[in-house]
Amino acid sequence: MKLISRSIIALALSAALGSHAMAGEHAVSQVKKAFTVPVVKAKVGDKVTFKNDDDFAHNVFSLSSVQEFDLGSYKKGEARTVTLAKEGTIEVECAIHPEMKMKIEVSK
Amino acid sequence: MPSKSLSWRVSLPQILMLSFVLIGAIAAAKETDPWVRPDAAPAPPENLPNASRIALGEMLFWDPRLSKKSSMSCASCHNPALGWSDGLPTAVGFDMQQLGRATPTILNTAFNTIQMWDGRKANLEDQALGPIEAAGEMNLPLPEMVVRLKGIPGYAPHFEKAYPGEGISEVTVARAIASFERTVLSTEAPFDRWRKGDEKAMSPEAKRGFAVFNGKANCAACHMGFNFSDNGFHNIGVKDAGTPDAGRFAQRKVKAMQGAFKTPTLRDVALTAPYMRNGSYKTLMEVVEHYDRGGDDKSNLDVNMAPLALSAAEKSELVAFMQSLTGAPRLVSVPVLPQ
Repeated sequence: MKLISRSIIALALSAALGSHAMAGEHAVSQVKKAFTVPVVKAKVGDKVTFKNDDDFAHNVFSLSSVQEFDLGSYKKGEARTVTLAKEGTIEVECAIHPEMKMKIEVSK
Repeated sequence: MPSKSLSWRVSLPQILMLSFVLIGAIAAAKETDPWVRPDAAPAPPENLPNASRIALGEMLFWDPRLSKKSSMSCASCHNPALGWSDGLPTAVGFDMQQLGRATPTILNTAFNTIQMWDGRKANLEDQALGPIEAAGEMNLPLPEMVVRLKGIPGYAPHFEKAYPGEGISEVTVARAIASFERTVLSTEAPFDRWRKGDEKAMSPEAKRGFAVFNGKANCAACHMGFNFSDNGFHNIGVKDAGTPDAGRFAQRKVKAMQGAFKTPTLRDVALTAPYMRNGSYKTLMEVVEHYDRGGDDKSNLDVNMAPLALSAAEKSELVAFMQSLTGAPRLVSVPVLPQ
């Protein structure tokens, strides 16, 4: 009985660790007042990191109905990350520079 | 002798090659120099400017009948004699009411990718009708504007020439005014002549000011490129006497946008005092002092803002540099309006 429960725990742990290891990480940069990619395709639980590679401040936010977030404004060299919580298309912008727009397409 | 001859044969192609490289480099430098003014302003394909459209837009721009009481035109606030602004701390609108924000110059708005202090208008066509219908400004409902213009027989042929078959409508009024605004462009300034290579066009003090502008003072973080604007929104710590102006936050409910306003051009800035979105400062030196302090209301400052510790000389250099952005005077004629 003990052996079985240990196996179940081990399996559960392995599944949990496995799914953690499977969570994707996506990197987007901000260069010359633009996001480096127009679209990121990701899955629920993935993380998207936005790095500012310009000499001036940028901002990252979304007022999308799928997921709202505000990563704030930050300087060159800094990066901030959002974890994707729900399926759908998230529109991401830089509040400082409204021309800067991109999308994250989140699937299950 | 043979060696001389050989030397000539080898050096000619080299000279030619060098010439091509130099010409290419100069052309590339001209194309890539972000501080060099373009020759023309961009326009949307559905409203490409022509002489008829510009002439009609100019008439509408000067026509006070586009206001409720036929008492103010676009030019009442965007006065070319005052740097296409009004020389007031904040605008005076309908029935002489004091408005909350300074009248922005319309110089080079053709290059803006978003319009108004808070970016609530997307483009010039969209912007052109805003002040006409705004209750606090010209206060003329747009359907009433169309009826009124249709009642002025002299306008019909101008609309027909500018927009054949389209008639007098909100759309054609907006497009004509926008076409005229696209001609309100900065003229060549000492700074431009200097960028083209005329070392004497700018004083040494102004040149040092440009270096401070790009370096220690970090002005170019927002006032970037030939139009000295990033078309972006920043809270630079300007204090309001009364209730703080939310600025861009009214359009984008994001914390950084609370008290943030669009970066204005610095072209002809010496002609558009007083300064800041609420006219807080009378001189460019006061503006420089503001930035040197790192702003006053620091409750939601832009990340680019920080105290600068500028020397007295550096402050004067920055002012000298900004004065070098004043273009050659442009003669403006006032059209006779249709009756």
